[in-house]
Amino acid sequence: MISIFKSKEFRHYIKDLSAVTGSLILVIMLIAAVFAPTIAPQNPYDMKGLYLENSLKPPIWMEGGEAPFILGTDDQGRDILSTILYGCRTSFIVGFSVIIIAGIIGVSIGLLAGFNGGWLDILTMRLADVIFSFSTTLIAMLFLAILKNHGVGTIILAIVIVGWVKYARTMRGSVLSVKEEDYISAAKAVGGNDFRIMLKHILPNAISPILIVAAVDFGAVVMLEATLSFLGVGVPINEPSLGMMISTGKNYIYAGKWWLVVFPGAALVLIVFGINLLADWLREEINPKIVKKKVS
Amino acid sequence: MAKCIITRLTQGIIVLLVVSFVCFTIFQYFGDPVLALAGRYATQAQQEEVRSKMGLDKPFYIQYSIFLKNTLHGDFGLSYLAQIPVLGLILERLPASIELAISAMLISLILGIGLGVIVSLNPRYFINRFIMAGSLFGISIPTFLIGILFIMIFSVTLKVLPTFGRGGVIKVIGNWRTGFFTIDGLRHLILPAFTLGVYQLAVLLRLTRGGMLEVLREDYIRTAWAKGLSPRIVIFKHALKNALIPVVTMAGLQFGELIAFSIVTESIFQWPGAGNLLLTAMYETDHPVIVAYVMITSILILCINLFVDILYRFINPKIRYE
Repeated sequence: MISIFKSKEFRHYIKDLSAVTGSLILVIMLIAAVFAPTIAPQNPYDMKGLYLENSLKPPIWMEGGEAPFILGTDDQGRDILSTILYGCRTSFIVGFSVIIIAGIIGVSIGLLAGFNGGWLDILTMRLADVIFSFSTTLIAMLFLAILKNHGVGTIILAIVIVGWVKYARTMRGSVLSVKEEDYISAAKAVGGNDFRIMLKHILPNAISPILIVAAVDFGAVVMLEATLSFLGVGVPINEPSLGMMISTGKNYIYAGKWWLVVFPGAALVLIVFGINLLADWLREEINPKIVKKKVS
Repeated sequence: MAKCIITRLTQGIIVLLVVSFVCFTIFQYFGDPVLALAGRYATQAQQEEVRSKMGLDKPFYIQYSIFLKNTLHGDFGLSYLAQIPVLGLILERLPASIELAISAMLISLILGIGLGVIVSLNPRYFINRFIMAGSLFGISIPTFLIGILFIMIFSVTLKVLPTFGRGGVIKVIGNWRTGFFTIDGLRHLILPAFTLGVYQLAVLLRLTRGGMLEVLREDYIRTAWAKGLSPRIVIFKHALKNALIPVVTMAGLQFGELIAFSIVTESIFQWPGAGNLLLTAMYETDHPVIVAYVMITSILILCINLFVDILYRFINPKIRYE
C-alpha cells in the first residue's frame, strides 16, 4: 500500500493541481450520489411527500425561500437539492455501466482484431469508420426513438451499442504496436499459445491508452445521457435525471425561475469538468506516443 | 487522385446501402405501417387492401428493392402525420439547418484555430492559461445547457438578442430562404450558431494548440526563424500548415456530431430546421420522416467526408492513397 504513495506516478499526480482538483470534485460528487438516500432532505420521487403548495420556491437565501428547501423547489414541489443528488446517481450509474460494458466488449474485440487481423479486423474498422462519421449521439437518439419503452437499462444499451467501437479501435492500434515487440516474438518462440500470449503479454502492455479513452468517454457518456433525457428520449419521467430537470426548468426561465436550470446544470458540469481535468492529466502521464497515433 | 475518389465513392455507396437496409428493417418491424396508413379503425378487408396496394404482402427482398427504387427516385413516401411527401417536407426545412450548421462551423473554425494559434505562441501568459481553462470548460458543458444559459443571459437578463425562430428571411430560389442578408435574420442567428459552435470551438482550439506546440519545437521552424522570415510567414505558412492536419480530420469527423447537436439547438431555439422536424417525427413515430432524414443526412455526411479527404491532399501532399 505504501509503495503506491512512493511511486513516480503518485508524486506527479499530487503535484498536478488540476488532477487533484478534478479527482476531489469527482469524489465529492460520487459520495453525494452514493449516499443520496441518507443525506437528501426529501425523497423527490416519493409522490406522498410532495405538496404542490411548495412548488417553485426560490433558494433559501432569497425572499420567499423556505427552510428545508436549500436550493428551492421545482414545479412539482420537489426539493432541487434532493433531486440533484438522485439525478447524479443516474449519471454515475449510466457512466460507469457504459464504460465498463463497452470497455470490456471493445477491448476484447480490439485485442482479437489487432492480434489476428483478417475479416474481424476489416469488419470492425469499417464499422468504426461508419459509426464515427455518423456521431454516437445521433445513432443513440434514433435507437431510443425506435424502442418505445425506456429505462436506465435501455439507455445504457443504446450508448454501449455505439460506444464500444471507440475502445475497439484504440485497443487495436495499441495491440498492433505491442505485437511487434521482441518479448512477443520470444513468447511465441518458446511455444506459448495465442490465447496465453494475448492475455498475459499483450493485454497488460496495450491497455494503458484505454484508460484515457475511458476517462474522456465517461464525461461524454454523462453528457449524452443528460442530452437524451433533455430531449425526452432518455430516462422515463418518474426517474431522476439532471437532463430532465434542466428540460423542466427550461419552461420557467422566462419567468425568472433560474434555479431550476442553474443548479442541476452546475452539478452536471462539475461531474464532467472533474473527469476532464483528470483525463487531461492521464493523457500527459501515460505514454503520449500511443495517444498521438490515434489522432493521425 | 481520381482513383482515390472512386474508391471513396464506392465505399460511400456501400455504406448508404447498409444504412438504407437498416432503415428499411426498422420501418418493417417497428410499428405496422398498415395501421398507420389505413387508420386504427379500418376493417380487416380495408387493411388487406392497403397491404396489397402498398406491396406489403410481397416477400421481404422484393419490398426492399421497391423501397430502394423509390428512394433513388427521391420518393420516401407520405408523412403519417402531415400526409404530404416527406422529401418536400425535409427539403423545405433543410436550408435553415444548413445555414445554422455552416455558421456554427465557421465560428468554431475561425475562433478555434485563431485562438489555438495565439495561445500556443505564449502558453505561459496568464490570459492564455485563462483561455485554456475556458476551453476545458467548453468541452465539459453540454450543448443544450449552453443554449439555455445563453437565453438566460442574453434574452431574459440583458434583453439584447431574440431566441425564437429565424426572424426576417429573404427568398432566394424556390424553397430556399435565407436569413444571412437581413439584420433581423442575423440577430436571430447569433445565439443558436454560438450555442452549436462552442463545443467544436473548444475541441479545435485544444487540438490546434497541441499541434502548434509540437510543430513549433521542430528544427525546420528554428531554421525558418534563423533565416529571418517574418513571424507571419513562419507561424502561418511553416507551422500552422503542419499543425492543421489533425484539426482538419477532427473537424470532418465532428460534422456528424454537429448535425446531432443541431437537433438539440434547433429544439431549444425553435429553429425551423430539419432537426426540429426529426424530433417531432420521433415523438409521433412518423417513420417515413425518420427514414428520409437519416438517408439525407447520411448522404450529406459522406459528401463532407469525401471533401475532407480531398482537402487533405492540398494541405499535406505527402499523404498517398493506395
